[in-house]
Amino acid sequence: MFSLRDKQIAKQVISKIKKMNVNLKFMHVCGTHQDTLVKHGLDALLKDCGIEIIQGPGCPVCVTTPREIEEMLMLAKKGKTVATFGDMIRVPGETQSLQNIRTEGYDVRTIYGIEDAVKIAKENKDKDVVFMAVGFETTTPTTASVLLKNPPSNFSILCCHRTVPNALKAILDMGEVKLNGLIEPGHVSTIIGTKPYEFISKDYDVPQVITGFEPLDLLMSIWMLVKQIKQGNAHVQNEYARAVHKNGNTKAKEAIDEVFESVDMKWRGFSVIPQSGLMLREKFEKYDARKKYENELAELKDKEFVEPKGCKCGELLRGLLYPKDCPLFGKQCKPGSPVGPCMVSIEGSCNIEYRYSKK
Amino acid sequence: MCLAIPGKIIEIDKNKEHAIVDYGDGTKRKVNVTLVDVKIGNYVLVHAGFAIEVLNEKDALETLSLFREMLSMEDE
Repeated sequence: MFSLRDKQIAKQVISKIKKMNVNLKFMHVCGTHQDTLVKHGLDALLKDCGIEIIQGPGCPVCVTTPREIEEMLMLAKKGKTVATFGDMIRVPGETQSLQNIRTEGYDVRTIYGIEDAVKIAKENKDKDVVFMAVGFETTTPTTASVLLKNPPSNFSILCCHRTVPNALKAILDMGEVKLNGLIEPGHVSTIIGTKPYEFISKDYDVPQVITGFEPLDLLMSIWMLVKQIKQGNAHVQNEYARAVHKNGNTKAKEAIDEVFESVDMKWRGFSVIPQSGLMLREKFEKYDARKKYENELAELKDKEFVEPKGCKCGELLRGLLYPKDCPLFGKQCKPGSPVGPCMVSIEGSCNIEYRYSKK
Repeated sequence: MCLAIPGKIIEIDKNKEHAIVDYGDGTKRKVNVTLVDVKIGNYVLVHAGFAIEVLNEKDALETLSLFREMLSMEDE
């Protein structure tokens, strides 16, 4: 029986990659990929084959900005019930996290998905419930699907949804890190399909492979990237065909298009990235917390927000550093007392590095 | 965040909005299925309480054949 964790096959694949005799740098943008690479020691084995792999801006919690967290903190302090995913609640804004203010008595709820937040709104008609909608294309259709079903009027979202392809373009345009190939995120691609990545290979001559999350998925995809490079090719290949179809999930894409439109958006560590975020279309503005609570959020409007002092998450998210290059790593910054989001989120590169280096 | 877990649809509610998914480890959960077309017995990928894709055996075999092809190739 073939298993995607078969050690013997993994060894064979690694030996084939090693014989290709290369010196390359690849980027992926997915915390689950990073987890697989570090957990199974593939990062070290591949380094030995001349292949360096770095995590770029691939963790939606990590790229959420201090401003967005401050907006949620303000809404909670103004008496709203705020709800979001567990990791997001622990990321500090300028000074505090949502978790910190929960201990001060504000109504902050940890939820598994947006339907839980709608349920809170339905069961508490006297409360205004705001869901912090973070996530890439994998998560966006879940928000869209709920908004298309007329949730109650005491429910709204603070939209922080971002889209992956133009962030990759930004990395390549900035040119701070020389990349020979991109390992594309499997579950983002489940929704968007293979086409939205094509311009990257065409315009930047960079090979890309859409990749699953098992150890052999990653090894296979790396072999596919190296092979493209050896053959002088640069196109989009799909290693994760069992979950990614060429056109993606059409129903999900239609729901996203109906509810959201593309906007320029700031990502942590980056300036504003053109067409890399989403906002609600006019038809859905009654669910837009930024419009609904414009007065409550007014004092934040012209404020500048800075990232935590000494925190290197920005450079990490741009692929310039590894967690251990940050002077705070494992000292002032640990999962129990995180300074930046990459140490908070279980998909953040610092958190992953810390967890597995302790084992 | 983009983690998605595969499971099997064992029951679909009358309005076809939700289904019960069995993850094979004794865990069963109610999942929103409005983003996919599913039948009982299908395997789906679940993310944040929603099924986001139906897994297809034919496509899974394609990945395996890619591996076989690679392993049978001579080193270049």
